[in-house]
Amino acid sequence: MAEFYFAGVDVGSLSTDVSIIDDSGKVLSEIVIPTSVNGSEAAEAAFDSALKLTNLSRDGITAITATGYGRASVAFATGKTTEISCHGVGAHQLFPKTGTVIDIGGQDSKVIQIDSRGRMLDFTMNDKCAAGTGRFLEVMANRLELDLDELSSSKNIQGESAPISSTCTVFAESEVISLLAKNTPREEIVHGLQRSIVNRIWSMVTSIGIEGEVTLTGGVAHNKGLVALLEEKLGLTLNIPENPQTVGALGGAHIARRAYHISLESGTN
Amino acid sequence: MSIRAELKYKIMKDYGAPAVMAFQDFKRRKPRPVPEAFGPPLETNKRLKEILSRHYFLSRYVPGVKKVAWVTSGAPVELLRAFDFYTIYPENHSALVGAKKQGADYCGIAERSGFSQDLCSYARIDLGHMLSGKTPAGKLPKPDLLFCSNNICQTVLYWYKAIAHELNIPLIHFDAPFVTTEQTEADINYMAQQLQDMIPILERVSGRVFYQNIFEDILKRSMETSKTWGAILDAMKAQPAPMTIFDAFGHLAPIVSLRGLPVAQDYYHILMEEVDARVSMGIGAISDERYRLIWDNIAIWYKVRFLATFFAERKMNFVTATYTNAWAETTGYLDVKDPWISMAKTYGQIILNNNLKHRLDLMKKMIKTYSVDGMVMHSTRSCKPYSVGQFDLRKAITADLDLPAVILDADIADERVWSEQQIHTRLEAFCETLEGSKFG
Repeated sequence: MAEFYFAGVDVGSLSTDVSIIDDSGKVLSEIVIPTSVNGSEAAEAAFDSALKLTNLSRDGITAITATGYGRASVAFATGKTTEISCHGVGAHQLFPKTGTVIDIGGQDSKVIQIDSRGRMLDFTMNDKCAAGTGRFLEVMANRLELDLDELSSSKNIQGESAPISSTCTVFAESEVISLLAKNTPREEIVHGLQRSIVNRIWSMVTSIGIEGEVTLTGGVAHNKGLVALLEEKLGLTLNIPENPQTVGALGGAHIARRAYHISLESGTN
Repeated sequence: MSIRAELKYKIMKDYGAPAVMAFQDFKRRKPRPVPEAFGPPLETNKRLKEILSRHYFLSRYVPGVKKVAWVTSGAPVELLRAFDFYTIYPENHSALVGAKKQGADYCGIAERSGFSQDLCSYARIDLGHMLSGKTPAGKLPKPDLLFCSNNICQTVLYWYKAIAHELNIPLIHFDAPFVTTEQTEADINYMAQQLQDMIPILERVSGRVFYQNIFEDILKRSMETSKTWGAILDAMKAQPAPMTIFDAFGHLAPIVSLRGLPVAQDYYHILMEEVDARVSMGIGAISDERYRLIWDNIAIWYKVRFLATFFAERKMNFVTATYTNAWAETTGYLDVKDPWISMAKTYGQIILNNNLKHRLDLMKKMIKTYSVDGMVMHSTRSCKPYSVGQFDLRKAITADLDLPAVILDADIADERVWSEQQIHTRLEAFCETLEGSKFG
């Protein structure tokens, strides 16, 4: 009996993620690498690394969905889908009761409403501005001379929070500079930054509403302080995937799998 | 009025303009190939180009012959027509600059003179034109009069004040109180009185006397033209729709800027005839119409072709818009028997001067009567009155009618605000929601 395997390749602005599944939906391998400057090279490299973790060759993969900002540059993909649909499907696979997905990606953040089968019903995204995104935290970590892990491990939601009023990354950075100049403790600044992101996400969530369980995806889900603040603000417990960065790729792999089965049924393949 | 200028204008009108039009036709003798996703283009497109080019061409020869007025899109222009003003619509001109992807250039001129980048791009382009004399239309005549109404926004008053100050010319402002629930008797009388009070000023500026019968003829013509425009939009209820809303964005120009003139009246009869014929023959604007959409807000002028193609390729057609509807919505109130009161009702209740509840009801009705499957809202940096409230409208509409919707953050004429990648992802995700089943 022939085995079928499917892959999702998510070329994001900061990281490129690959997920490979078998026909039952079981995850065989997942990989996250930095996108750097060339999305197409990153996609090739990440796909090869993910294949290495399995015993499969490229020919062994039946269908591949490309997603993310660089989806057009994935030459070996058999289909393209936006990361918005992919995150919905991926979150549904991991947490079937998910009704709302909050994805905080590298250069945008979005709130997606999905139905009981993982299909997107509605979504909203941040506007042309990096505030409330992974990039925002990266810029700030740099300014605070912390690496992202250090920034993420800070979980001081009871403590003092420095006011960061600006919603613009560039202006917020200058606010951080002046806070540092006033010898404000770094922990308070980190807390203020987390609060500022949570407020941005909160306004998106309220514009679209919450249905069912809420799943948080994207690299920012690693940030414990931010997760705690967001849970406090929303008044609920978030589903946090084990690998929040590969949820889009996982959704892509499932979309490839479904599309393949639909084409088999309709006899177009 | 000099005899020489008048003679020159007459020659240009009778011989110059037709010659220029013929030359343009010659230049365009090889039409651009139509992408497969589209149906046959409208024949009337050619006529549209002709009358707009003619209007801008003749405007160069108007000084010394007719008085020139710069007018806002929602102003009661019928009154000006009774004094034979040659009217220029800065909003129309700015849209033209935007469509030619020169918006940022003109905006930059205004910005360097100190106007804020947060100011409406129609205003910045117009101020950029005034300060530099630049225009893709060749040359625009300097105004003798400015005529604006705050029924579309408050910005126009301050924008026109800036021009009045710079050129030292009179400005007439028609103040239309916002309709928070419904128009009151006092509001209507207040507006009707303003219109009558304008007569002596217009007589002085134009050097012409007001004749009630001439004014009534113009009003009748304006009413009839708006009705035809409304009927053309109604014809888009047909499946497939004979026209896309992107076509309508172009065909809107005469009802906005030549309203009340015979040229506009004749134009819409020609367009109506063609649209009717397409409906009876089942000719659609796109080759395979599977989904029908509604557009909210002003066009994104520098991306009309991109958006038209993007949706046509996905078998989606915009069949209605709150924007194009605005010049048909309230003209039913016009009545020659009671011109002043009826104009107050017409111009006071246009969509941007009316409350959100009104807009919500109107949009829901349009969605139902045009068999709409999805909604695209353009949240535009330039137009706050049009964009504020869109999130609430979207929420109410998607909840009540179970309709997918997307909001695009862009601008009407300043192409610097456009972010291709972000818009692309939003639009594709919107299409995925509409086509949903693929992911089930």
